[in-house]
Amino acid sequence: MTTMVEIKNLRKTFGSIVAVDGVSFTVGKGEVLGFLGPNGAGKSTTMKMITGFLTPTSGTVRVCGHDVQDEALAAKTRIGYLPEGAPAYHDMTPASFLTFVGEMRGQRGDVLKRRISEVVAKVNLQSVLDQPIETLSKGFKRRVGLAQAILHDPDVLILDEPTDGLDPNQKYEVRALIRAMAQEKAIILSTHILEEVHAVCSRAMIIAKGKVVSDGTPAELEGQSPTHNTVLITLSGVETTIAHDRLMTVKGVKKIEDQGKDGDLVRLRIFPDEGQWILQDVGQFAREQGWDVQELYQDRGQLDDVFRLLTTPQQALS
Amino acid sequence: MDRIRVIFKREFAGYFSTPIAAVFIVIFLMLSGAFTFYLGNYFVRGQADLAPFFNFHPWLYLVLIPALAMRLWAEERRSGTIELLLTLPVTMWEAVAGKFLAAWCFTGVALALTFPMWITVNILGEPDNGVIFASYMGSLLMAGGFLSIGSCISALTKNQVIAFVVSVVICLGFILSGFPMVLDMFGWAPQFLLSAVSSFSFLTHFESISKGVLDLRDILFFLSFIAFWLFATVTVIDMKKAE
Repeated sequence: MTTMVEIKNLRKTFGSIVAVDGVSFTVGKGEVLGFLGPNGAGKSTTMKMITGFLTPTSGTVRVCGHDVQDEALAAKTRIGYLPEGAPAYHDMTPASFLTFVGEMRGQRGDVLKRRISEVVAKVNLQSVLDQPIETLSKGFKRRVGLAQAILHDPDVLILDEPTDGLDPNQKYEVRALIRAMAQEKAIILSTHILEEVHAVCSRAMIIAKGKVVSDGTPAELEGQSPTHNTVLITLSGVETTIAHDRLMTVKGVKKIEDQGKDGDLVRLRIFPDEGQWILQDVGQFAREQGWDVQELYQDRGQLDDVFRLLTTPQQALS
Repeated sequence: MDRIRVIFKREFAGYFSTPIAAVFIVIFLMLSGAFTFYLGNYFVRGQADLAPFFNFHPWLYLVLIPALAMRLWAEERRSGTIELLLTLPVTMWEAVAGKFLAAWCFTGVALALTFPMWITVNILGEPDNGVIFASYMGSLLMAGGFLSIGSCISALTKNQVIAFVVSVVICLGFILSGFPMVLDMFGWAPQFLLSAVSSFSFLTHFESISKGVLDLRDILFFLSFIAFWLFATVTVIDMKKAE
């Protein structure tokens, strides 16, 4: 895997506030790295340093081998960037705005025209090409921002909350677009939406208080969830205590939590011993007992829980 | 260089795609006309020159140029487009120069549209057209000086009202720096500093040009003045862009 973005000991302070505190990582071609973290965790600041907008207090960023500070122009030509909120010149139309960005990036004439029409088709902007950007809906504005970011087919894409403010259909489209581009590029995106990590990211990084607190595939992250690999079972016509006591005898069961009754339905969450898969055993046991099983499934773990666990360590999960 | 042209083109077109161009040009023409004929006693003087017209330019610019300049960078910062602009492959210098030149050219257009004044005076009498040409050049240079101040102040704040007011005050200081009002504030200073301050007077430099003497020193004064304030703009943007 070719390394496209290389970050070493990146640090940024604003006065006495430490926004980014010694972040190091690399991103290779074909990777989609999702930045997760609470507001103010340093996601945007990190992205602004990768794109060369902010100067790091210390540490280095190299994009495609070019140091973002020392060889700024060379690095910037390789990066496409969607800043937070997708800013654009509001008095321009998407057509003139994209022409401006293309010309700034050295594209001219027919090449630029062809490139613009390709990108416009990709993000579905045809219908609003000649309307002033200020009159466009939030979804269209975001797509204009995306279009300018991918206009020069960059090797590295930095997207700060690319789906923020979009409706579910638009989110779906943008995610599909990101996935389609993923193979050829290194993509870093930030998001608040944890399901997005599943949908597009090959790797997720949780940042809290300027530090990387977790880095792995989405599945690895879920593995850190307290409910990872727990089995949820819903039974009808059985007393909670009886079901509880009998299920405890199944091999590999560590503990069982009552999830509350719903009519005559009993819901239980069964925690396995470390590293045990108990779904099949529980299912078989329930059948042997002759219970009426309404629901039975294994929880992969909630990213939300991991997120909260890692970013608010003082509040233990309930 | 090419990127300066691209930024210039976008900015310049921006004036005309918004009401800014129409409002600015109409007001500039109306005010310059009104000042010339009413306050300047253009007809009563009975002289074939444009002195009453040019004499009011510093004061006209004092109000109008900061209004034009206040949005240069404040608007970019407020709307977040500064982040977009400066992450394009462009140096800070190119961005600052491109935006400044567009604004300067725009004031040049407004100034050029006062040409009926020049025609009128040629119909009414036989003016020294060399003096008038020099005065136009001087006026344009002075406008550039004001704009460069406005550019720098605009980079300091997201708030356009603050940018406007502060720019007006600083521009006023440079108009009057040869006058007691400003010099008295430097009463404690040694003589050489006093003469340095008074040598910054826009009025002095503009008046000497509008007498018809396009002295290289006056031209250099304005050009280096502009270069200095643009350099300050670059520095300020670099310092403040994180906010």
